Amino acid sequence: MNRKPAQRRGTALARARKMAAKAFVFFFLCFFAVIFVLPFYWSFLTSIRPDEEIFSSGLRFWPEHITWEHYAKAFQVIPFVQYSFNTLLITVCIIATNLLFCSMAGYAFAKIPFRGSRIVYRVMLFSVMIPSTVLLIPQFLVLVRFPLVGGNDLFGMGGSGFSGNFLGVVLPTAVSVFNILFMRSFFLSLPNELGEAAYIDGAGEGKVFFRIYLPLAKPALATLSVFCFQAGWNSFLWPNVILRSGDFKVLTQGLASFTVNNSVDYGPLMAATVCATIPVLIVFLFAQKYFIEGIAFSGTKS
Amino acid sequence: MAPKKSIRAHKTLAGWLLIAPAFLCFVIFLLIPAVMAVGMSFTSYNGFTQMRFNGLDNYIRLFQDTYFLQSLGNICLYVVMYVPSVIILSFLLAVLLNQAVPGIRVFRVLFYLPCLTSTVASSMVWKWLMNPQGGLLNNILTALGLPACTWLNDSRTAMMSIVIICVWSTLASNIMIYLSALQNVPPAVYESASMDGASKFRQVWQITLPLVAPTTFFVLTMALIGAFQVFDQIYVLTSGGPAHATTVPMYSIYTNAFNESQLGYACAQAMVLFLMILVVTLVQQHFNKESLL
Repeated sequence: MNRKPAQRRGTALARARKMAAKAFVFFFLCFFAVIFVLPFYWSFLTSIRPDEEIFSSGLRFWPEHITWEHYAKAFQVIPFVQYSFNTLLITVCIIATNLLFCSMAGYAFAKIPFRGSRIVYRVMLFSVMIPSTVLLIPQFLVLVRFPLVGGNDLFGMGGSGFSGNFLGVVLPTAVSVFNILFMRSFFLSLPNELGEAAYIDGAGEGKVFFRIYLPLAKPALATLSVFCFQAGWNSFLWPNVILRSGDFKVLTQGLASFTVNNSVDYGPLMAATVCATIPVLIVFLFAQKYFIEGIAFSGTKS
Repeated sequence: MAPKKSIRAHKTLAGWLLIAPAFLCFVIFLLIPAVMAVGMSFTSYNGFTQMRFNGLDNYIRLFQDTYFLQSLGNICLYVVMYVPSVIILSFLLAVLLNQAVPGIRVFRVLFYLPCLTSTVASSMVWKWLMNPQGGLLNNILTALGLPACTWLNDSRTAMMSIVIICVWSTLASNIMIYLSALQNVPPAVYESASMDGASKFRQVWQITLPLVAPTTFFVLTMALIGAFQVFDQIYVLTSGGPAHATTVPMYSIYTNAFNESQLGYACAQAMVLFLMILVVTLVQQHFNKESLL
């Protein structure tokens, strides 16, 4: 089949236009990639520049001299290792409780038709609309006045409850309604027949859940842990409320205290920022797929 | 009849046992505090003495508190600048990220980076970038021959600077939500449109935008609710200043409750903020229904 010359010229023009459009898209993507990445690069650059170079660097995107002294200083100003360990402890607890409790509850809502299930589910769904603002102060009181904890008597008086205790950070975030809804919609997507065969063989509900359904939920659990890690590692407002007293502090609090004490010492500040960000970056590189999937999933299902 | 009943009782027991830990946490740390919040806003509780009921005193005081009234104005300014920027930019960038160009996977990873860092860490970085002397942004402006900006240090530009930082750090998650919606649009739709000679821009405007309307609705709702509760950046960067230009309700609630021990009064402020969020969300949902009809 021979094409007419005019037609061929038309397809060549279309191809050229397509290339131009792609170049246009590529240019804009590069532009925004610079906007998103440059702040990170610049903070790293600042952290390895000697003090006299920091303020006179202008637009030089390459360091003339490299020094690691800001990192040493950052580690002196805040007990970095201790705070990182604290943050890790809290994050691991939050991940563990959310994985276990939210998948149990999500499974029950999805697969077991039990009395009262619908009303409890509705109440939880509605509670998502309550902004955290409203809960901040009463949650603080519930934790500080928790009976028989931290020197409190049976009526929650006399002591300091969970304030200054790492459990005070973990408990209110131990279970998230969002995660329950997330696990519920995952279990809904698995067929009911899987469990029915096991029931006939005489297995109980618990066995069906732990032996059959939970192992199948690995991708959802991976996504959930990545989300919990990000939330736990980066949280600031709540730890700053409940850990105001005492020596137990998290990394974000350490970073925040930096500005209060040294308002212009940008070298160590940027070094501390880099150190606080690296763990999340490492987790991200390993679990990239689950980060993106989780966001996409939570976005379309809500 | 009897075995059927026992199976049902068995299922109910199993169901309740499985939701028990989650339900317990939910009741203690969410349901009870939510009820307490309403009650406490009518008391003069300071965290130490007995809780004393004082009727509407807190609410009357709110409307005479110039700083709180100013914070309501500030948050409206913030929402008006922040929400449209986030929606428009995240949609456009998601459209760009949905094109078949070389290196698109790398771009997706790079665009996601701001979402990974804590708001505290990214605020620190921006504090340095926006530093009037030696900060990168002013260096760029000077190099382009433009006048330097005062950024966070001037009451006229502080809120705008906060908006820039917040847009930068929250854009990524919204882009990803849009991106997943865009990937659900069947390619056949675009093919028939381009056969009819519709330009790329018209396709985005007249095909993509209506098709992802439910996603826009979701992103808009979440952005609005989140915007009214902005706190971290303000606490770390400006402490509500300069001259109260960036004092927002969340910051006011925090300082009243935990620095000045006026827990009852802070609860009343939180209720006002909650009502604001509720009204705006309801209005937005109403308009959404209209546009769908």
